[in-house]
Amino acid sequence: MRKILIVGATSTIAEQTARRFAASGDALFLTGRNEARLTAIADDLKVRGAATVATQVMDADDLAAHAPMIDAAEAALGGLDTVLVAYGTLPDQQACAADPAAAVAAWHTNAVSVVALLTDIANRFERQGHGTIAAISSVAGDRGRASNYVYGSAKAGLNAFMDGLRHRLFKAGVQVVTIRPGMVDTPMTADFDKGPLFASPEKVGGDIHRAIEKGTAVCYTPGFWRLIMTIITALPRAIFHRTGL
Amino acid sequence: MTASSHPSWGRYPASRPAQVQRPGARPSVLPATDTPLLAYGNGRSYGDSCLNNDGTLLDMGSLDRFIAFDPATGVIECEAGVLLADILELVVPQGWFLPVTPGTQFVSVGGAIANDVHGKNHHVAGTFGCHVRELELLRSDGSTLVCTPDDNPEWFAATVGGLGLTGLLTRATIALKRIEGPYMDVDTLRFSNLDEFFALSAASDRDYEYTVAWVDCSARGANLGRGWFMRANHKPALGQQPDPRKRGGPTFPFVTPVSMINPLTLRPLNTLYFRRKFKARSRDTQHYQPYFYPLDGIKHWNRAYGPNGFLQYQCVVPHADARTAVAELLERIAAAGAGSFLSVLKVFGDVQSPGLMSFPRPGVTLALDFPNRGRETFELLEALDDVVRAAGGAVYPAKDARMSAAAFSEYFPNLERFRGFVDPAFSSNFWRRVTSTTTSPS
Repeated sequence: MRKILIVGATSTIAEQTARRFAASGDALFLTGRNEARLTAIADDLKVRGAATVATQVMDADDLAAHAPMIDAAEAALGGLDTVLVAYGTLPDQQACAADPAAAVAAWHTNAVSVVALLTDIANRFERQGHGTIAAISSVAGDRGRASNYVYGSAKAGLNAFMDGLRHRLFKAGVQVVTIRPGMVDTPMTADFDKGPLFASPEKVGGDIHRAIEKGTAVCYTPGFWRLIMTIITALPRAIFHRTGL
Repeated sequence: MTASSHPSWGRYPASRPAQVQRPGARPSVLPATDTPLLAYGNGRSYGDSCLNNDGTLLDMGSLDRFIAFDPATGVIECEAGVLLADILELVVPQGWFLPVTPGTQFVSVGGAIANDVHGKNHHVAGTFGCHVRELELLRSDGSTLVCTPDDNPEWFAATVGGLGLTGLLTRATIALKRIEGPYMDVDTLRFSNLDEFFALSAASDRDYEYTVAWVDCSARGANLGRGWFMRANHKPALGQQPDPRKRGGPTFPFVTPVSMINPLTLRPLNTLYFRRKFKARSRDTQHYQPYFYPLDGIKHWNRAYGPNGFLQYQCVVPHADARTAVAELLERIAAAGAGSFLSVLKVFGDVQSPGLMSFPRPGVTLALDFPNRGRETFELLEALDDVVRAAGGAVYPAKDARMSAAAFSEYFPNLERFRGFVDPAFSSNFWRRVTSTTTSPS
């Protein structure tokens, strides 16, 4: 039985992943900003077989709230062995390009606060000598593109941070799992026209569950995004700059 | 022509909502819109009762959370967008089953209640609504009604079978039924005509929890009403139980350019199915999934009917004239060379349906698909309505895309009472159609 902390548990992808853990009888500690939604999700996960489910309202942007929340999770579950960081915002690129404060806010949520959280978790897991740290990044972090480079660059920073964390924690026996979803049909992308590249949250949740179970270092979900991003990152600038990507 | 993200299962008529909203969490008030509202579950209604052209569809697909389940009593509470498949996946390994299930597990709980669906055990268990303990309804006046058969009973009766028109159904509590395992004892018998069907049905209803017949809708004359009678019970526990099957399976990949079910294929398909076994009787053990949901094995099978989609016709005729009326219906269908491969006969029981507008009532029900071939199809269905009206029967709104307002008001004698419970902010293509002319029941 895993003892899992999910930060940003009201995200659709996190919820689908949590259902897999619940069906395996794992214990869960969920955080999110909306208490009613946390409660509804917790009730659902209990019915689906979770050993225990505890919740705490927290805004991950508030860095000072991280350590007390992790203490509470450890107390509620009798320790932790798995963490999934699932929150994030998809900022409006136009607004971020126009306003430095908007760009910094996007970075704060998608990069800075995650770095703060993972640093604390990493130190705890390194001390206990085991555990799995997973965070949802994005294929957008593989190459900065005009259409969403503020979000993409925050995720790129997270990718490099997690690469280094994985390197550091290798000796301690702690797994670090970077999840790079492509486009997923969730409220985050509600305003997008859905093409064939969009994946269902169920599919992505299943992939994340498997990646955490196996300790996969970098998980593209769905898997075909690895190929797409290999091509996009390999495009010479002379061609890349002429695309609308 | 029917390209839309929220079609009905028959893919006719075209779905053109003005907007679609997808609430992520269970709402406590209705969204404010200036167009009529309608909840859309999983789009398994065949006709236009789940469509709301130029209105607002509330896609309930993400309200798919369980709220509570007591494995000791089998009482389950969930949000309205939970699919029956989700419930089965959770409860079958714990020894519980749906008290009533339609022929697909891919319907939402909200849809099952709004259409007061029935199954092969109607003669013993009644409709789905008979097993609903409680439901929550959001009304456009801002009120929230918690309805049970005893609290707000008139709202409960209006909402069960109420086609989603009495407000937004957000959650429900269902009493499940005990089973020992996921397998079924199935007994399949060939019958040569309608008289044999009625005799088999009468002889089977006492000892078999599930009865239904497939009928060859292309057969005429002495063969009229021939088919296979399938009766089954849940099997007592086996030693070990394999995991329930995965929901995967082949997907019908695209909408065929013409209907695969057409006058050329209709008779061979039916005859082949009638001749599929040498023996006139066979008994076997089946997993509940292929037994209850043979069509769920092929995702999007509705695409086989081509770009114009299809219409399903399901009627019930009272016992008194059932033999004559069913014979006449089958004769008209066979004479027209219409119908399809999926024709079903079943004798309903006498359990009272709890809904004001519930379709099931004592009598015999016939259901079949018709590829949409335009006017000739609509004329045939109108002729079938004449038979059903003369017999004092009814046609099932969940399957319908064309019945007239006059026919509807004859089929549903509680219509005038029901109108008082319809939320003024809600409507559907179906409702606008069947209320477009004012006809009082005679």
